[in-house]
Amino acid sequence: MLIDTLITGLVAGGTYALVAMGLTIQFGISRIMNLAHGDTIIAACFASFVLFSVFGLSPILALMIVVPVGYVLSDAVYRIIMRPLVARAPNAGALEVDSILVTFGLLFVIQGVLLVAFGGNYTGYAFLNTPVDLFGTIVAANRLLALLLALVFGITLIFVLSRTRWGMTLRAVSIAPENAPLVGIDINRAARTAFALGGALAATAGVVVSMYQTFTATIGVIFTMKALIVVILGGKGSLTGALIGGLLLGLVETFVAAYIDPGLTLAATYAIFLLLLILRPTGFFGQAG
Amino acid sequence: MSQTVLRRAFLRSVSAFGAAALFLSAMSEGAVAQDDRTSVRIGYAVSLSGANAGGAGITTIPNYRLWVEDVNAAGGLLLPDGSRLPIEVIEYDDRSSSEEAVRAVERLATQDEVDFILPPWGTGFNLAIAPLMARAGYPQIAVTAVTDRAPEFVERWPSSFWLLGGGADYSTALAAVMAEARDAGAINNQVAMISVADGFGIDLVNAARPALTEAGFELVYDEVFPVGTSDFSTILNEARATTADSFVAFSYPPHTFALMQQAQVVDYSPPLFYLGVGAGFPVFQNMNAENVEGVMSLGGIDPNNPLNAAYRERHQEVIGAPADYWASVITYSSLQMLQQAIERVGLDREAVTQELATGTFETAAGTIMLENNQLRDLWWVGQWQGGTFVGVAPTDREGASAPQLPKPGWN
Repeated sequence: MLIDTLITGLVAGGTYALVAMGLTIQFGISRIMNLAHGDTIIAACFASFVLFSVFGLSPILALMIVVPVGYVLSDAVYRIIMRPLVARAPNAGALEVDSILVTFGLLFVIQGVLLVAFGGNYTGYAFLNTPVDLFGTIVAANRLLALLLALVFGITLIFVLSRTRWGMTLRAVSIAPENAPLVGIDINRAARTAFALGGALAATAGVVVSMYQTFTATIGVIFTMKALIVVILGGKGSLTGALIGGLLLGLVETFVAAYIDPGLTLAATYAIFLLLLILRPTGFFGQAG
Repeated sequence: MSQTVLRRAFLRSVSAFGAAALFLSAMSEGAVAQDDRTSVRIGYAVSLSGANAGGAGITTIPNYRLWVEDVNAAGGLLLPDGSRLPIEVIEYDDRSSSEEAVRAVERLATQDEVDFILPPWGTGFNLAIAPLMARAGYPQIAVTAVTDRAPEFVERWPSSFWLLGGGADYSTALAAVMAEARDAGAINNQVAMISVADGFGIDLVNAARPALTEAGFELVYDEVFPVGTSDFSTILNEARATTADSFVAFSYPPHTFALMQQAQVVDYSPPLFYLGVGAGFPVFQNMNAENVEGVMSLGGIDPNNPLNAAYRERHQEVIGAPADYWASVITYSSLQMLQQAIERVGLDREAVTQELATGTFETAAGTIMLENNQLRDLWWVGQWQGGTFVGVAPTDREGASAPQLPKPGWN
């Protein structure tokens, strides 16, 4: 029973972690609070739906197309929409506020395009909805894939950020954006790369989520909200935090549902959220300020 | 000082302009009242975007568009004098906010001065606009509203009509179907039941608990889950761990889809498997293919009714997607009722209301006659049988299919 709950919780948490990682990397390094994050995920859901139902392409192969496209499009969004904001913002705080307003607008643009293209209906398909026996617990293969991708991408990125020169430049921009240029770092390029990476992660989440969750053009905000909770829980900008925060959220929801009452899962999530804000406002792995 | 004078002058000119506008609109209204009108204006506000767009987009909007297309293709609405007038549509998006729906209806009634207003999607939205519709004298033919208090609402708003029954209707009919199956030995007398903590789920589960207990069932698992739930593996594992033969979920579409998918993964296939809203949606069948066989839910159709079959074919042809198996055909039929009432009594709203209340109508859902402004002749329980979601209860209704229990296992 305990092992059952633990595994089910980790698998559920994998989705949360995957959904949150893109947001945290965009926020931590590019300083852009991307409210259109959830809608980027939904756009990727629709993309893999079309590839699957029209072209018969397996969502695993769709990842190879949708993820690079997510990277390129996010790169373009940064160049066209975000760059002018960054250029005129007097400080990081002002940029955060401006970016919230702009991405709030972007959210509706993406949503509108999806509504026109696909209508407001529930959309979905079943892929890899097969049972996998994990230490005696039955989990869905598609949800397990979400957990594995979250772990693989999360751990790879954490390693790259902490161990490579390229990662160090990104971290330098995240920690001391005003000093980074002094050592020859191109902040603009670093921020753009981080934003595009976040977009690619959102696209990954979208493709994987579309395998097991029905979606509509307008539910992106639900993903953004979940991701925000995880990001704040784990600490703004911390990939480790997003990974652990996401898994924790899944564990809490599952344990509460199994041992207390399924009606209290949402309440438990927010209780932990509140508790953390009181005890450690920067999140598990966040830096002050 | 001079500023005050200026402002007064401005105000005067505004009020003069207002009076002129009023006069002009009175003139044009007089003109419309004459017989040289060129169209019938029909307006509606539905959720084209926001949280409700998924439901409205499957049940309400396609049928409004299909009906307008059908009527206009035939040359327009037939009037008592034999002439035809095309329908002119004014469509607003309530953005899934009931305040916005009320504002839009107000606008339709006072500024657009439409001839008829079609209802929005959802119980709450229909209740929100009901006082306004009644005050402005528009008949409200509410379809996508499930409420046990319809008799009370009819008393309060005599021009309102309620076409989809109440929570108690669906729950008690389900209990009756289950009792019969138990007496026949198909299922035992234990039930695992879950419901969403929101209007529809609460209504149905509150009616289901006493109905099931009275029918001699034992509720061995009875849990409520929040609207935002997307992972049901814990709930399904716990339900599976019970000895209940019946699993009943009063769920919304996202939950219905997730429950169906995850039940297959954990190989939970109880003899009776009942899901809430969404089990009659085309996407449900697309995603689960032949595994839908035997799944029960609300609604259904009579598979041998040729009118309904023709309607479904036409829906597929014009909208490019199949109709859902619960409220779609009722939505279209409600519009046919309006169309036939106009054909008999003209565009006078009071006369149309009267005709809707007392007339008999031939629709895609069969012959409809309202009782106390409510449609009571409905499919309360349906079941997927051979790729079609057929009505199984009331069992004595014409065209009812026999429930097939136990449900086959997953493929």
